[in-house]
Amino acid sequence: MIEAPPLVEFRDAAFAYSRGGPAVEADLIIPRGAMVGLLGPSGAGKTTLLRAVLGQVRPVRGEVRIAGEPLRGRLSHRVGYVPQLETIDWNFPLTVAEAVLLGRVTESGPWPWPRRRDRADMEALLDRLGKSERADAAAALGRVGMAAFAGRQISQLSGGQQQRVFLARALIRRPDLLLLDEPTSGVDVRTRQEILGLLRDLNDDGISIVLTTHDLNSVATTLPELVCVNRRVLAQGPPEAVFTPAVLRATFGSEMIVFRHDGVLLTADAPAHALEHPHHVHLHHGVPHDELESGRRAR
Amino acid sequence: MRWLTDPWQLGYFGRGMLAAVLAGGLSGLIGTYVVLRRMSYIGHGLSHAILGGTVVGYVTNFNFYVAGGLWGALSALLITGVSRSRRIGADAAIGIVTTASYAVGIALISRGHHFTRNFEAAFFGNILGVTTTDVWVLVVVSAAVVAVIFFLYKQFLFVTFDAEVAASYGVRTGLVDVVFSLVLAAAIIATMRILGVTLIAAAVVTPAVVARLSTNSFGRMLGLSVLIGALTGFGGMYVSYYGDIASGATITLTGAAIFAVVYLVGVVRGRLGRRALAGAIVTDWDQASFPTDVPV
Repeated sequence: MIEAPPLVEFRDAAFAYSRGGPAVEADLIIPRGAMVGLLGPSGAGKTTLLRAVLGQVRPVRGEVRIAGEPLRGRLSHRVGYVPQLETIDWNFPLTVAEAVLLGRVTESGPWPWPRRRDRADMEALLDRLGKSERADAAAALGRVGMAAFAGRQISQLSGGQQQRVFLARALIRRPDLLLLDEPTSGVDVRTRQEILGLLRDLNDDGISIVLTTHDLNSVATTLPELVCVNRRVLAQGPPEAVFTPAVLRATFGSEMIVFRHDGVLLTADAPAHALEHPHHVHLHHGVPHDELESGRRAR
Repeated sequence: MRWLTDPWQLGYFGRGMLAAVLAGGLSGLIGTYVVLRRMSYIGHGLSHAILGGTVVGYVTNFNFYVAGGLWGALSALLITGVSRSRRIGADAAIGIVTTASYAVGIALISRGHHFTRNFEAAFFGNILGVTTTDVWVLVVVSAAVVAVIFFLYKQFLFVTFDAEVAASYGVRTGLVDVVFSLVLAAAIIATMRILGVTLIAAAVVTPAVVARLSTNSFGRMLGLSVLIGALTGFGGMYVSYYGDIASGATITLTGAAIFAVVYLVGVVRGRLGRRALAGAIVTDWDQASFPTDVPV
């Protein structure tokens, strides 16, 4: 039996800044159905890797393959992209409906107005995503589904709703792969948990998910698989395997401790006394420093 | 109501009115994109660049519209190319391209004093001197611009909202930018003799800003902006007739008055936040570009 090629594959790929010099290198496989977090500090090259999958950044060496096909220019595969909320122009006169329907921009025919089918899909999506919203926010909005405020301007929504609108814009394309750039930055704790729950549900429905994050405890440790990036892929695997002081030091460039509390994996900046007396904290027994690379291509 | 119908007794008033309403509506249509893409500076510069081309056309015995069209398309593509580069100073490069082109026109005008009269309309607008050809050009350009925006509505909207993400959703953003710059150049050439190069920018920006203050939906903003532009042309024509004032100025001032009213109503109602205005960057009309030292 021939095995289906992985969904995304970076084959010894290197990406450079326009002024030269390597920005990030990657030799990486993301299997179908995965839910992967690209973890690293700012400037580590996480967004560059996302944009490479979108075909917006070309490798200067190696290649990027999507479903076994080398990526050349236009994407043939169905990919949904959710940008960072911070990059969105919230002043723009755009209603929720207008924003979501942009997801069908290339497939909804030549007319300016949406087809009935597109509108129905948009409303169904908004209502589905809105169901995961916490009760008090729904109450504040009069206990109506999100589709009911399709006519609102995008800035007149809560942070969680805004994230859902742009998630809906990506999902209306019926993607196989969903890429999200820092989906949990700038939102409160409950919204973050809701969004991560929503993404897990979408992943259960068969959509592969790749998201970037620099948030160690509240995002990275909750994901099934992580790729630690800092200019190159440092480790790949489940949090238990990659969260070692050595990998975190290599990724974030600072000393960190890893411990478990009530079965939850946690990390923290290493306080000076913990480094001097390591027996005070129960360090997670992970891969030793010299086996740092062994986590790569774990699957 | 005699005051409404009286001016129509004069043949040229009807033609002028048609030109003013069309020019106002067309400016309102493209103005929505210009304002939301924060390109008012480019629109302003492009109109000046095109003027240079029309003077060159005059000297070389080319038709106003043919010369302006060629020069305008070239300038528009050049400006689009420069503005797409991410290097710092793109705005300065655009400034050099457009003002150099404008200066070519000024230089040629100052050399041959005998033909400066012909360019008074291009500088200041002369609606009552509008010819049937001018009206036809305006009709054809308006129809073409409406058709382009109709069929590329979604692509234009996506690129205007977020070009980078639009590209990742399969929109050919480079092509959209080129088409838009050509549409902008065509609209400027068609309205130049009616509104005047120095006042076109106001006609483009004002209706869109007023529309933005009145709605939060892109579709409604586009429709409102066209309507306000056409109304501005309509009202401006009457003010011009009864006040015996240049029509380009009265159309611009009518637009400014509508803006003031809508803005004040918004402030009084307390609905207007700084947010709505923040999206509408209006260039300051640099006095330096006003051809005060040109022998007209």
